[in-house]
Amino acid sequence: MLIQRRPDMPASEVTPEAVFRSRRRFVKELALATGASLAAPAALAKLSYEERASELGEPLTPLDIVTSYNNFYEFGTDKDDPARYAHEMTTDPWAVEVEGEAAKTGQFAYEDVIKGLPQEERIYRFRCVEAWSMVVPWTGIPLKQVLTQFEPTGHAKYVEFTTLHRPSEMRGQRSLFSGIDWPYVEGLRLDEAYHPLALMVTGVYGKPLPNQNGAPWRLMVPWKYGFKSVKSIVKIRFTRRQPRNTWNLLAPQEYGFYANVNPAVDHPRWSQASERRLPGSLFNPNRIPTRPFNGYAEQVAGLYAGMDLTKFY
Amino acid sequence: MLKPAAWVLLSLPLAWLALAVLQETQVPGSALGADPGEAVLLFLGQWGIRVLLAALSISTLRRRLGYPPLLRIRRLVGLFAFAYLALHFLFYLWFFTEFDWRLVVEELAERPYITVGFAALLMLLALAVTSTNGWQRRLRRRWRQLHRLMYPACALGVIHFWWLTKDGYGEVALYAAWLALLFADRLLDARAKRKQRSAVDTSVLSRK
Repeated sequence: MLIQRRPDMPASEVTPEAVFRSRRRFVKELALATGASLAAPAALAKLSYEERASELGEPLTPLDIVTSYNNFYEFGTDKDDPARYAHEMTTDPWAVEVEGEAAKTGQFAYEDVIKGLPQEERIYRFRCVEAWSMVVPWTGIPLKQVLTQFEPTGHAKYVEFTTLHRPSEMRGQRSLFSGIDWPYVEGLRLDEAYHPLALMVTGVYGKPLPNQNGAPWRLMVPWKYGFKSVKSIVKIRFTRRQPRNTWNLLAPQEYGFYANVNPAVDHPRWSQASERRLPGSLFNPNRIPTRPFNGYAEQVAGLYAGMDLTKFY
Repeated sequence: MLKPAAWVLLSLPLAWLALAVLQETQVPGSALGADPGEAVLLFLGQWGIRVLLAALSISTLRRRLGYPPLLRIRRLVGLFAFAYLALHFLFYLWFFTEFDWRLVVEELAERPYITVGFAALLMLLALAVTSTNGWQRRLRRRWRQLHRLMYPACALGVIHFWWLTKDGYGEVALYAAWLALLFADRLLDARAKRKQRSAVDTSVLSRK
């Protein structure tokens, strides 16, 4: 199970070899255990990324691929456009606007919003609706902790996130040939947003998040297709009604609001039954079966009890 | 001179691809990125449709530029287009379906962009097979009629590309605009020819 948490720990801490080995055994057992517990195995902290990857049995996608193969249409529609052009975006200073059904609304400085909140590391599968996937070690704050500081009212049933709209620094937003009505918006039901797996990501591979991955912060909802995990967020709005979401507005019969990873519900363009785990090679497509809720069914399926997931796709 | 030059130009993308694949066998990811399969599929498809539109452009260009020798490379350009697109399809079969025929049938039936792309390829296959001098002689008038399939094949090719585009319609809009221009030119030309013919007919009549 690819869920790991690492509490902050001084890097200088040294683990005696025997302890290290027993921890490795523990990790192995954890990986084999049926349900991934969300409890933090502190042992993981001491393992290198490569070691952890081999323990998990699902190798990590290398950093250079995570930061060079991106869908971030604000910078262009080619996979390498974001890496090429995202440096044009200014991320400091960064303001965050909070609106809607909450006690604390208004403009906030990004630093103030994340100040004092715990940063954790999580290794998640990342599944794109285009049928490719990665495994990425993110650093971030549990989304619930980010949201509850604004004290949402009892009327708040959903939360909407908006990406920066700044055509002068985001060339994709200047394109004449895009059908997208900028800015990019996405949303979650509040109980989805409060789920412990939902993460507000601020870093990747232990480094600050690069612009092409959605600096300074972006969502990561690992059981949903990647387009739900909105990047470079400037606005958070608590709502009573289901918010709009960009891809659904563009092609409602192709992209739903829920967008839970589901091998049984095909996208009109792509079969969702399997995925290409990146990096692939020309001589091995590295195709693996896609799992319901991207392998996190045990944790999140309860959120959708009684719902027809072919209708609410 | 025209033919060798066309050969070289039309082979360049294929040569580039061959080099990239070679590089990939040495160091994976070095030439085609994280998702080399997708990169190759896109590359073959893009060059296929470009060369296909080039083939369709030849008679218009010949007339507009007043350069009849262009006609001598029309078959060559068309065959190259077919080669790129056939490779595009074969690569798709190999990399994306791993020759799982049930999956292929399902994809052909359920994904309209694949259906139209496949239909276009079948048309081009018929044109490629009958492109020889022998077939041209044997089919006579029929040959010209058959080879009008270039028009729907090109249109379906552009539709295939349009339907598979998620967003960022710049490139496919360019191809669609070029195709529309070529169609308009053909229609105008055909009308002019009809007028000419009827003018000749009436002059023949009046002489009688």
